Amino acid sequence: MNREQKLERQSRIRNFSIIAHIDHGKSTLADRILEKTGALTQREMKEQLLDSMDLERERGITIKLNAVQLNYKAKDGETYIFHLIDTPGHVDFTYEVSRSLAACEGALLIVDAAQGIEAQTLANVYLALENDLEILPVINKIDLPSAEPERVRNEVEEVIGLDASEAVLASAKAGIGIEEILEQVVEKVPAPAGDPDAPLQALIFDSLYDPYRGVVTYIRVTEGTVKVGDKIRMMATQKEFEVVELGVFTPKAVNKDFLTVGDVGYLAAAIKNVGDTQVGDTITSAVKPAAEPLPGYRKMNPMVYCGLYPVDNAKYNDLREALERLVLNDSALQYEPETSQALGFGYRCGFLGLLHMEIIQERIEREFNIDLIATAPSVIYNVAMTDGEQVIVDNPANMPEAQLIQTVEEPYVKATIMTPNDYVGTIMEICQKKRGIFQTMDYLENNRVNVLYEIPLSEIVYDFFDQLKSSTKGYASLDYELIGYKPSKLVKMDILLNGEKIDALSVIVHKDFAYERGKVVVEKLKELIPRQQFEVPIQASIGQKIIARSNIKALRKNVLAKCYGGDISRKRKLLEKQKEGKKRMKTIGRVEVPQEAFMAVLRMDND
Amino acid sequence: MPDAAYFHIPFCVNICHYCDFNKVFLKGQPVNEYLDYMEKEMKNTLKQSPFSSMKTLFVGGGTPTALDYEQFERFLNMVNQYFSSSDRQEFTVESNPEQTDLRKLEIMRDAGVNRLSIGVQAFQDNLLKELGRTHNQQDVVRTVSEAKGLGLDNISLDIMFGLPRQTVEMLKETLDIAFSLEVPHFSAYSLQLERKTVFYNRAAKGELLLPEQEEEARMYEVLMEEMDKHGYVQYEISNFAKRGYESRHNLQYWDNNEYYGIGAGAHSYVHGTRNANAGPLKKYMSLIDETGFPYIHKDVLSSSEKMEEELFMGLRKMKGVSDQRFMERYGLSMFDVFGSQIDKLLERGLVKRSGDMLALTRNGTFLGNEVFQEFIGVV
Repeated sequence: MNREQKLERQSRIRNFSIIAHIDHGKSTLADRILEKTGALTQREMKEQLLDSMDLERERGITIKLNAVQLNYKAKDGETYIFHLIDTPGHVDFTYEVSRSLAACEGALLIVDAAQGIEAQTLANVYLALENDLEILPVINKIDLPSAEPERVRNEVEEVIGLDASEAVLASAKAGIGIEEILEQVVEKVPAPAGDPDAPLQALIFDSLYDPYRGVVTYIRVTEGTVKVGDKIRMMATQKEFEVVELGVFTPKAVNKDFLTVGDVGYLAAAIKNVGDTQVGDTITSAVKPAAEPLPGYRKMNPMVYCGLYPVDNAKYNDLREALERLVLNDSALQYEPETSQALGFGYRCGFLGLLHMEIIQERIEREFNIDLIATAPSVIYNVAMTDGEQVIVDNPANMPEAQLIQTVEEPYVKATIMTPNDYVGTIMEICQKKRGIFQTMDYLENNRVNVLYEIPLSEIVYDFFDQLKSSTKGYASLDYELIGYKPSKLVKMDILLNGEKIDALSVIVHKDFAYERGKVVVEKLKELIPRQQFEVPIQASIGQKIIARSNIKALRKNVLAKCYGGDISRKRKLLEKQKEGKKRMKTIGRVEVPQEAFMAVLRMDND
Repeated sequence: MPDAAYFHIPFCVNICHYCDFNKVFLKGQPVNEYLDYMEKEMKNTLKQSPFSSMKTLFVGGGTPTALDYEQFERFLNMVNQYFSSSDRQEFTVESNPEQTDLRKLEIMRDAGVNRLSIGVQAFQDNLLKELGRTHNQQDVVRTVSEAKGLGLDNISLDIMFGLPRQTVEMLKETLDIAFSLEVPHFSAYSLQLERKTVFYNRAAKGELLLPEQEEEARMYEVLMEEMDKHGYVQYEISNFAKRGYESRHNLQYWDNNEYYGIGAGAHSYVHGTRNANAGPLKKYMSLIDETGFPYIHKDVLSSSEKMEEELFMGLRKMKGVSDQRFMERYGLSMFDVFGSQIDKLLERGLVKRSGDMLALTRNGTFLGNEVFQEFIGVV
């Protein structure tokens, strides 16, 4: 292909992603687009094809990025090359969104015709605007009886400030408006600018590890051309490799001889060492390198930490390998070794948020087959000691003795909550309870309110989101960003089982709420820890002072006093089941503690 | 080689709320055809694996006494035809008091049945109703006295505890009445919630008021005390007998011996293999047509599984498990094979050792499953 052909092809490329709040129909729309462009035959269509992880399909959310190349024959007779880059919709994955947006020139903004704009929609739109993307509003689910497309159109204009006069009214589910969306992509999303003969600049926006091919990077070429056999250089690590394989996803992987300006695809270069490639880095030519790397994108730091321990101590190395693999295409995940008296060897891990934490735990348990114990999530506290030293605490067990502490500061977030008018009272009540500081309240279109609070992150990490959802019938949406640290009256609360302090159960709580929380935690543990052969006292303490206590009664009877006739296998199965249950418990001292107990210090649903 | 046999009659006139054994409503069932197939199964089984001695026979259900006179007689004769042996010791039939009239008792006596196991459960008529039972206290009294009148005095009564709304006092009352009937054997079972039962579904809906664990443990304790006071020796977790009246058939299970199992949903243990028969009648019959045998599951036991079962079955007996017998069977000492498990249980005070015998302690009797599960999947 010569330069003119490349430029002509480039003019027919459109790169875009879809941004939407969870449940507003992003995955369904992506499927319809795949169908419409003939990327897949009907038979090949699996529901919500781009969500390829089991976990994604089960939970109905997108976690990882996916990029596909599609051919679309437009009304003007030309065939366009689309690269559709799927993005996650949850606040925890803002980081992934910003990565995919960095590889695009446009974005479809999907808004539910019944629900309207949600807090996270807003956050993602701002990200897209930061990236100079052309935003095409789409009002989805217009076939719902409760749809109010015109109201939502106004909302898009007023709340976001976008021109929504040409917003497509669509129903991905019913297949309405799909063609119009695709036509708008052709018309409105700019073709990639860039020179196919310039020095290579390709952004790595994701990567995965393949045991045969090594690290496979997902790239977007911004300048220049890369061919199989080219010598390339990673601009951040300065490592050099030879390109072994190039290709695109249609969504099946299809090999290509070269990728040029505007192309979104994959590159394999026999990269064995995971550390040699960094998501966000720029690939250039080793022979004719570019002067500057591409601008990266907003790098996210973990906000929530927890300890992950294998139930079976022998699986410590497996856990390390699992974390190494996961961090490959999830650079927001952090981990370092940690030891607990109660739980043995494990890792303290940092996550973007609670969902991120849950997802990682579930992936480790499922994909790597390691039973885990996760300690209650914690935030990072800044502690000023009386001797002037500053200490950073990411594990409650490491909080210094109270008398050595001058002050403790904890992270606060600005929480944006969008809600129908009716729930404002309820929401303010919850925020108040969670030590929130009221900021402002804006009335939007049609009985909707945008409420701003400053709330300690640790309260959000508790069950804030769950409470918000359950007390507003799921109507309220939440987005938050870190705004800095403020001093608080915080204390460490320890939990004692059978008189022994269990470090993995310690939590940091606000002094004024300590008694209440101690009571709830102790009762919760009583429910969760099964009866043992002897009575087990549970206590919550601050320093030496016991603030709450309860008892797990002794196991009095566990014997199958029943006639099973000759069905011995059945008897065996029953005993196997009981035994299996025990295997998933951790023996601490003489007490067998189930996994859920370690999270119990977190849940406050007895409120 | 088995010297015991179990026969399953899966028909019931009504279905008890706690029962998960293989059973169907009697009405409209092809009972005679089912008996034809049982006969085929007996014939084929004995042709493949004959016995040289047959000491104990047990007919259970379902409800064996739900058969009509003719069917009942035919069935017992069939058992006698195929499983006769000069060294027979025990021939038990489970009997429901409301269906066991004098004529059925005579049929049993004439067929050589020498032991009756009567389902009593409790003596409070309202509690019986709650259980879905259709007999009353009077039916039991009558059946016992009629049986004794015919010389059938080796009688066992089934009692249940841990029942919905049952109290310790109610259990005591049941036991008092039971003792007054002067029978030599009792089985006392605690309620287990099993899937696909009325009780399970009620419990899932939160509509079943079961005694607390403390209360249930107390009932078990009272049961043991009362039995002891009245001269019944507890020889197994749920079984109590006057000396010499222990159920020899059930001891075969706990001694980990082999047994035949004939009928829909029956289980057998023959030549080191555990077989499960199909439960649904149609499947049971069609499998016999197709293969000669109704097996839906076959499990050839490894020697390690046999050793585990020797312990988790054997420890149900109060006298425990003999290491000498263990060594005769497996060529190893159980204290070597299960050394660490036994040590742990000794330390927890759940088992005791005296000479070559290992047995449950009193505390271990209450927490038997804690003991048994230690022996699962370890060898």
